[in-house]
Amino acid sequence: MTAPDPATIRAHGLSAAEYEQVLAIMGRPPNPTELGIFSVMWSEHCSYKSSKKWLRTLPTSAPWVICGPGENAGVIDIGKGLAAVFKMESHNHPSYIEPYQGAATGVGGILRDVFTMGARPIAIMNALRFGDPDHPRTRLLVEGVVAGIGGYGNCVGVPTVGGETNFHTSYNGNILVNAMAVGLAASDRIFYSAAAGVGNPVVYVGSKTGRDGIHGATMASAEFSSDSEEKRPTVQVGDPFTEKLLIEACLELMATECIVAIQDMGAAGLTSSSFEMASKGGLGIEMDLDLVPMREEGMTAYEIMLSESQERMLMVLKPGSEPQAQAIFDKWELDFAIIGHLTDQGRMTLRRHGQVVADLPIDPLAKASPEYDRPWLPCVKRPVLDLAQVPVFEPIDALMTLLACPDLASRRWIWERYDHMVMADTVQRPGGDAAVVRIHGSRRGLALTTDCTPRYCLADPHEGGRQAVAEAYRNLSAVGAKPLALTDNLNFGNPEKPDIMGQIVEAIQGMAEACRALDFPVVSGNVSLYNETEGKAILPTPAIGAVGLIEDLDLMATMAFKAPLQAIVMLGETRGWLGSSLYLRELCGREDGAPPPVALHREKREGEFVRAMIAAARVTAVHDVSDGGLLVAVAEMAMASGIGATLEPPHLVAAHGWWFGEDQGRYVVTATEGDLAALLAAAQRADVAARVIGNTGGESLTLQGVGGISVAEMSQCHEAWLPGFMAEPANFVNG
Amino acid sequence: MQAAVIVFPGSNCDRDVAVALEASIGRPPRMVWHRDSGLPKVDLLVVPGGFSYGDYLRCGAMAAHAPIMRAVCKQARRGVPVLGICNGFQILTEAGLLPGALLRNANLHYICRDVHLKVERNDTIFTQKYRKDSVIRIPVAHGDGNYFAGLGTLERLEGEGLIAFRYVAPDGVATPSANPNGSCHHIAGIFDSGRRVLGLMPHPERLADPRLGGEGGRPLFDGLVEALS
Repeated sequence: MTAPDPATIRAHGLSAAEYEQVLAIMGRPPNPTELGIFSVMWSEHCSYKSSKKWLRTLPTSAPWVICGPGENAGVIDIGKGLAAVFKMESHNHPSYIEPYQGAATGVGGILRDVFTMGARPIAIMNALRFGDPDHPRTRLLVEGVVAGIGGYGNCVGVPTVGGETNFHTSYNGNILVNAMAVGLAASDRIFYSAAAGVGNPVVYVGSKTGRDGIHGATMASAEFSSDSEEKRPTVQVGDPFTEKLLIEACLELMATECIVAIQDMGAAGLTSSSFEMASKGGLGIEMDLDLVPMREEGMTAYEIMLSESQERMLMVLKPGSEPQAQAIFDKWELDFAIIGHLTDQGRMTLRRHGQVVADLPIDPLAKASPEYDRPWLPCVKRPVLDLAQVPVFEPIDALMTLLACPDLASRRWIWERYDHMVMADTVQRPGGDAAVVRIHGSRRGLALTTDCTPRYCLADPHEGGRQAVAEAYRNLSAVGAKPLALTDNLNFGNPEKPDIMGQIVEAIQGMAEACRALDFPVVSGNVSLYNETEGKAILPTPAIGAVGLIEDLDLMATMAFKAPLQAIVMLGETRGWLGSSLYLRELCGREDGAPPPVALHREKREGEFVRAMIAAARVTAVHDVSDGGLLVAVAEMAMASGIGATLEPPHLVAAHGWWFGEDQGRYVVTATEGDLAALLAAAQRADVAARVIGNTGGESLTLQGVGGISVAEMSQCHEAWLPGFMAEPANFVNG
Repeated sequence: MQAAVIVFPGSNCDRDVAVALEASIGRPPRMVWHRDSGLPKVDLLVVPGGFSYGDYLRCGAMAAHAPIMRAVCKQARRGVPVLGICNGFQILTEAGLLPGALLRNANLHYICRDVHLKVERNDTIFTQKYRKDSVIRIPVAHGDGNYFAGLGTLERLEGEGLIAFRYVAPDGVATPSANPNGSCHHIAGIFDSGRRVLGLMPHPERLADPRLGGEGGRPLFDGLVEALS
């Protein structure tokens, strides 16, 4: 056998040192199929080799955690015999190359991660980052990604209930498409991927294998260059109809006792699914690749093993249960093929046309994948901005600018293209602090949010990591949900650069602190590195997807004002923090200054207080204060209801800091006249700062002594930007 | 009263409509798989929303040719009421139970949002619990809901009073911006000539529960129960 030449080894993304390790494990040069398998298994995407060391520092356990990171998705106990199963995952590189299919298959993949574990998917969320709106490619990417997410989720029949979208020049050449799926399962019927039972049949179900997506995992682990267009053939093509059938067939099979283990074929397809199952079970596996259902003739072992064709699953069945399982897949008209069996040899042996075409030891390959402690540089802290050095603008004008800026303008154009109501359990639709889906047939609900403020993360990755977790906690609390756990999607540049590695390390450290302080464990996640084009990295973007539980949907809160003449109360402390704020960027054209610090002990106390007040029905509307600060938050509450408000002048803080500062740990709530005193007294007892800042009512948002603006005019301005950018008329009904 | 919901591969509003039917009827409908050999004897057949066979061909075209649809058409001709929602409406037009076709939305996008509908008449089994000319709010969720028919057909629909629901503004006026998909004559739903078959693009089953933000769809199901029990 001839050894692969250095160019081939490099083309497979393996370093010289890694190839030495391949030789040591194999005891001989690998053949092309074996080299391909090493390449994908040891890719950054599959092995987490640069981030593993730091990921281990995240808190992952709590009494309610059933399964933390390491399986297809995280699982938490939500009581009454039910579990929530969820995970977020990136499809950044494919979505840049082919936005529709890249985003669509991102949704498909994350749904499979969830139903593989026995859960029926009940909601999809996303976190999207695009380049500068003025960049020539941005519009096309927004159009393609949104259409792709909708095209897949709408057809599968799982509602896309919320998400977030940012625009920034750093994403011009590397957009981020992070998709999250949430499912429900019986807590004693969770399915895992560890193979068991020597001799048990290994079964392939779902779509046929084609030549699409070969080497997707390796592509997702390299920087982009100008030849990215040529990588189009590595993007997979989604078939949501088949996914829908696969969901129904798998859940029907999971109701029987046939399955020993199950794993979806995601990145690195049949290679990683079979390796993971065998490795976790401490077993070997033999497969005859001639038996794999194939879409086209003449596929080589290399192509079959590395194909990332979508909508496929690998299962280990109990012996003798094959006919029962096959009948279910026949009903749903999906392929079902017994392609091999488990062995006690600890090796993967593959046959094609009667010949052994690959023979690899499983444990050394799966477990001895490289792990790097990459050098990193601490990030340089920015000075705290002096409020006096920041220009003051007329507050109503500034508000209108912010409401129409790309990062704050209404996302209606996006979410109206997603079916966010199918399954008829969407209790809080997109546009609020968190989406809420009812647990089918009950009075309980799950609240879901995705959060990250990349501009804070660039300014200070440690503080930005803390803030992303804290904001998720706040958004869940704001609808009255107890925050339970989160999934993360860590998007960064090239980890081989010490400054980028520094961002990764510090962001994870910040996240870990916040998770610990807030009792908010990480149960699943995904890392996407090398998000750079021609040497320029994206803003560090550790996106958080979080899940909370509402025990009684009658006591859920929303952000819309409910009636005129209610008191508007701000909870939390305001110093007027404008460093790294939207005000500074959108009004002053500056992106400097330290980001607002998060006081974690206060964050927890305030969150608990807000939830207690919602549960006691002491507040009528709740909204967290985030991007754009207080005035934007109040404007959003007004626009959500069509009811105006009158606000008192700033209190002890310069006007621009008061109205637009992004101090953390704050909520705006409303209370009836009758409940106000009790609310303020409770706040004092709980040691939470509370201050009446105005009243609801009228048709305008009025600042005493300054002037006002009608709610209808604000809505017009807020709603117009995105449709205008996409060159379409805005279409919405006020109130 | 007993109802049946036809389930095709790719149907995805079958459970939603079953929940709404059960809430009104008091017992769950029969779920009929597309390959089942016949239809149970029921008082109402429902063809639900979704993406039957993926709708990779023209929406509803594949399902319209499924054997079970022959049985549905036969029952419809015998006078068994049939309700087609969204993809169900598309299937009923493809199967020839209702005239016209649902084209791509005028703005070429999928649209999911609440719309306001005017109830054109309330002397039918489907609309008897609504007030005539009242405005109800229920959502649409479709990419191909742009109702089209030839002039002759449109004249007949108008002349014979076969238009069930029209897209209007909240005040009941049929303004251009109230029409989400470009439908001819703002048509959201139509009856067959006997008014025993109704096809509509909006989803009454999605707002038939106050917890979901409205009950605009509930009277449709309650009315059917009253008429067919």
